[in-house]
Amino acid sequence: MAEKAFTSCTNSGPVSVYVDDGKIVRVRPLVVEEKDFKPWVIEAGGNRYSPPKKVTLSPYVHAERRRIYSDERLKYPMKRVDFDPNGERNPQNRGRSRYERISWDEAATLVASELTRVRDTYGSSAISGITSSHHNWGIVGYKMGPFGRFLNLVQGTPVLDNPDSWEGWHWGATHSYGFYWRLGMPEPYDMLTDALQNAEMIVYWSNDPDSTRGTYSGQDSALWRQWLKEKGVKMVFIDPFYNYTNAVMGGKWIAPRTGTDTAMALAIAFVWITEDTYDKDYVAARTIGFEEFKPYVLGETDGVPKTPEWAAEECGVDARDIRTLAREWAAKRTILSGGSRGGEGGACREAYATEWARMMVLLQAMQGLGAPGRSIWGTTMGAPNDTTRWFPAYGEPDGRMSSAAKVAKYIPVNPNPQRLWRLTVPDAILNPPVDWYGEGFCGKSLEQQFTHFVYPAPGCSEIKLWYRYGGSFIGTMSDTTKWVRMYQSPKLEFVVNQDIWWNSETAMADVILPACTNFERDDVGEWAAVNGYTWHASSGCNYRVIVREQKCIEPLWESKSDYEIFALIFEKMGLRDEYTDGGKTEVDWVKGFFDASDLPKEVSWEEFNTKGYHIINIADDYEPKPGLRWFYEGRPCDTPDPGNPKRVDPEHWGELGTFSGKIEFASESLKQYFPDDEERPVVPRYIRSFEGYLTPGLYDKYPLQLVSPHPRFTFHCHYDRHTDWLDDIPVHRIKKDGHPWWPVRINPEDAAERGIDSYDIVRLYNDRASVLCIAVVTGRVRPGVVHSYASSALYDPLQPGRPDSVDRGGCVALLTPSRMLSKNAPGMTPNSCLIEIEKWEG
Amino acid sequence: MARLSLLIDVTKCSGCYNCFLACRDEYYDNDYSPYSAAQPLDGQFWMQIKEVERGGYPKPKVDYIPVPCMHCEQAPCIDVAADGAVYRREDGIVLIDPEKAKGQKAIVSACPYRVIFWNEESQLPQKCTLCAHRLDEGDKQPRCVEACPTGALVFGDLDDPDSEIARLAASRKTETYHPEYEVSPLVKYLGLPKRFIVGEVVRRDVPGECAEGVKVTLEGSGLKLETRSDGYGDFEFDGLEKNTDFLVGIECEGYASMIIEVSTQTDVDLGEIILEPLK
Repeated sequence: MAEKAFTSCTNSGPVSVYVDDGKIVRVRPLVVEEKDFKPWVIEAGGNRYSPPKKVTLSPYVHAERRRIYSDERLKYPMKRVDFDPNGERNPQNRGRSRYERISWDEAATLVASELTRVRDTYGSSAISGITSSHHNWGIVGYKMGPFGRFLNLVQGTPVLDNPDSWEGWHWGATHSYGFYWRLGMPEPYDMLTDALQNAEMIVYWSNDPDSTRGTYSGQDSALWRQWLKEKGVKMVFIDPFYNYTNAVMGGKWIAPRTGTDTAMALAIAFVWITEDTYDKDYVAARTIGFEEFKPYVLGETDGVPKTPEWAAEECGVDARDIRTLAREWAAKRTILSGGSRGGEGGACREAYATEWARMMVLLQAMQGLGAPGRSIWGTTMGAPNDTTRWFPAYGEPDGRMSSAAKVAKYIPVNPNPQRLWRLTVPDAILNPPVDWYGEGFCGKSLEQQFTHFVYPAPGCSEIKLWYRYGGSFIGTMSDTTKWVRMYQSPKLEFVVNQDIWWNSETAMADVILPACTNFERDDVGEWAAVNGYTWHASSGCNYRVIVREQKCIEPLWESKSDYEIFALIFEKMGLRDEYTDGGKTEVDWVKGFFDASDLPKEVSWEEFNTKGYHIINIADDYEPKPGLRWFYEGRPCDTPDPGNPKRVDPEHWGELGTFSGKIEFASESLKQYFPDDEERPVVPRYIRSFEGYLTPGLYDKYPLQLVSPHPRFTFHCHYDRHTDWLDDIPVHRIKKDGHPWWPVRINPEDAAERGIDSYDIVRLYNDRASVLCIAVVTGRVRPGVVHSYASSALYDPLQPGRPDSVDRGGCVALLTPSRMLSKNAPGMTPNSCLIEIEKWEG
Repeated sequence: MARLSLLIDVTKCSGCYNCFLACRDEYYDNDYSPYSAAQPLDGQFWMQIKEVERGGYPKPKVDYIPVPCMHCEQAPCIDVAADGAVYRREDGIVLIDPEKAKGQKAIVSACPYRVIFWNEESQLPQKCTLCAHRLDEGDKQPRCVEACPTGALVFGDLDDPDSEIARLAASRKTETYHPEYEVSPLVKYLGLPKRFIVGEVVRRDVPGECAEGVKVTLEGSGLKLETRSDGYGDFEFDGLEKNTDFLVGIECEGYASMIIEVSTQTDVDLGEIILEPLK
């Protein structure tokens, strides 16, 4: 039988899918007709930079075929053998008991009757559930669509997501330079052009873009960094780990102890102030509060001048190196690359990380943020990009079947006032009440960060029914044995897990529902696009590629699309029509989104549907408008950022999103809402970690700092475990005695002290957990710090069902603390984690 | 005639493993006879990545060397194969015939690069074919090259002077991976890692300031190099021969000059070199 090619998209790029006799045989980077590419050109330094006519994917996407046919797929609906909805439910056995196959009819009837029972008994606020991010791609099937519509229709309690990849920027940097509408990230427009034309140095501070790849944009930006390197742009990396970008770029590696970056940042400010090498005109005209900041740096307010020598004691980097860094930064046009999207990075996920992120903004403000070559730029977004054509994406209401008024006739409204906070869901279930400040992703205003929430909300029920969808948090959140304890609580009367693969939380459910991948259903999506709070993220790619994600094969085994699963459950509840908006198929939704978008101006539905993709190239008369140049030059905003509410207001269109409209060394928003907060003070401050170098009572016992950044060869916990080809990549996992172990990287000095050699199985432990890893002894980590990626998808307790068991899957998140950034900033702090390591003798 | 090959620029390789995974996607469980039999699940790395870590904290270097079949012009696998089971096509690609090679384990051990793998189940030696089946269908490049994000892998005909690979081979100093095997590989490299000597110059009397611009010389084995320490006081000589004795000289006005004997058995980090001020 002849092969047939289909098109699809993944969380890291578009693909061509080859099918032979109903089976996927090959998944390639999208094969595009050459005429469809019109590569942009950037002229800089006498050279012309232009991308090749191709798309580049993240590595794991090349193994997608293996993931689709993984033995770890959920194949049939299942019920826990000792779960009896009419008798003993045995919640204590979640994570321990076996499952038996049941029919779809039985499964849907059981889930529907439990939803009805719980709603009738406790009220709909007793129903809650949560999704993971990006186990598949496509706006029709993405979590905010089918799951969002489901939760609204049952009027359940939504769980607010924490900004897990950029905590400090969200809760801190926003109070220095606004950009709350980008959740704390800077605008990325034409930053590549600016870098190629103007930059002389890039400081990657806690940033490994070669591994985190602009989140969804595959590896297109790898070539940009190659160009910058070949141009002779000096590269500096500040990271306790000699990361992969550092490895390929070379340059200077500066390795502070984890948790001390803010001290180094203050010392840089000290050098600039005392040597008079900062942009005083800019500080005077574009910022406020410098007169409160300067005395703190000089030690006039607390008696501690923030000299390089002072910082050296904290961070373990020689004072002379800090001095040179500061001087070169001031002397050269320097880009600060503070995380994959400008802001992000491991340093923003630790104790008091608001202070680091704020200092990143303020340092660059002292050098004229927005001036040519003086940006905050992650190196992964900001290629020339046509922003005049709109295509919906998952991050905006118009990109979700739950809320797209342009597409859906009926939109269910959820009046339930109760909320949960993702990081404290287990605490909420086990030990209510819990409370926190902040309305999740606070993209509508700075004030959203100061909203107080209490669970249970007045008049609402505690959660009795928990619906988990698409992934697991045991490898990605903090102190995650508490999730296991939560599942085993009798307070949760019914737990559903709907997923494509076995994940760490799947076997904690009472009923398991098998979903299919986006290769087995119809969808549509633009590569890397988010919209909402991250407009124009597709500028992380060399081309805007909108993909008709075609159904390549029938759903495998008895799996169904998420949409069909929910439709089936609602059929049992008499709500199928409401859920499906009057019987829409997934193709109907695809067509609806297409029709609502700007695409019909460029291509017919028939052509798009058949050809499978459409590329939006930049116009011939494209004019670059570098991010924040308008602010530097004191002009109205001219970047096409739809989230910026001030750009259309003539009274404020030259302002930032802070209260004052300027960069704030002393934050007006914090001054108004939390003027006495010592942990996120009005003027940023260095505060020693609550779990770090020299922490009293802990450091003696657990003298190694564990840093667990976002991973290189899996996306969250997706791909790992379900894609065994990746186990042949020793950076990802190392096979020994038949088990694929998760690597932990340890400095030779620390290894020798403990008698550890490479490829020894070692136990990482502290008071919270024990995790087995395979040791890699390497000079790529500084002494005192050990490196092991977060996001293992394999939670593999030696004693199944025991939250106190040793894990051999490599879920280092089990070791990390529950404690938040600070008392009023509820972000996670996995990189404030002290452990000890010993050789594991079994 | 042609000589189809790969030119691999190690300095551009980020170790992303796209090439390895794209290769496995092409061949795992896919039979392209007579070009190649299906690749099994375990143990075969037709494009493998060798991670080379040199030196250590605080000045390590890491390189990734992609290693496919070298498509040698004097291929030992061809010599050892019975019945013409391994052969070179007119375009230079060396192929293993999956029918004729059955049971010939000697083909695996003949390869000094160890890039031929034994398929226990089908009793077959297997390796990279440069995606010959795709090229014959009109594709322009093998899957590994298609997947490479940085241009570290360049595919083409070394005998076609207009090809990118031929231009690069003519204009850059290409190298052979393990030339001592003497099998004339068609696959060429740029920037294979060698030995380095690094260090940081520090002045005893001003420890809080980096010693920039200090003259550092390297002499030995007929080589004479000179550099200056950078803003951090760091200096570096890279691309040095292995197992060679050198003298590193450090001269800074007002300080006692130093000469340090160094041998490149391994990469050398001289650490902090403290210059003593002249009285």
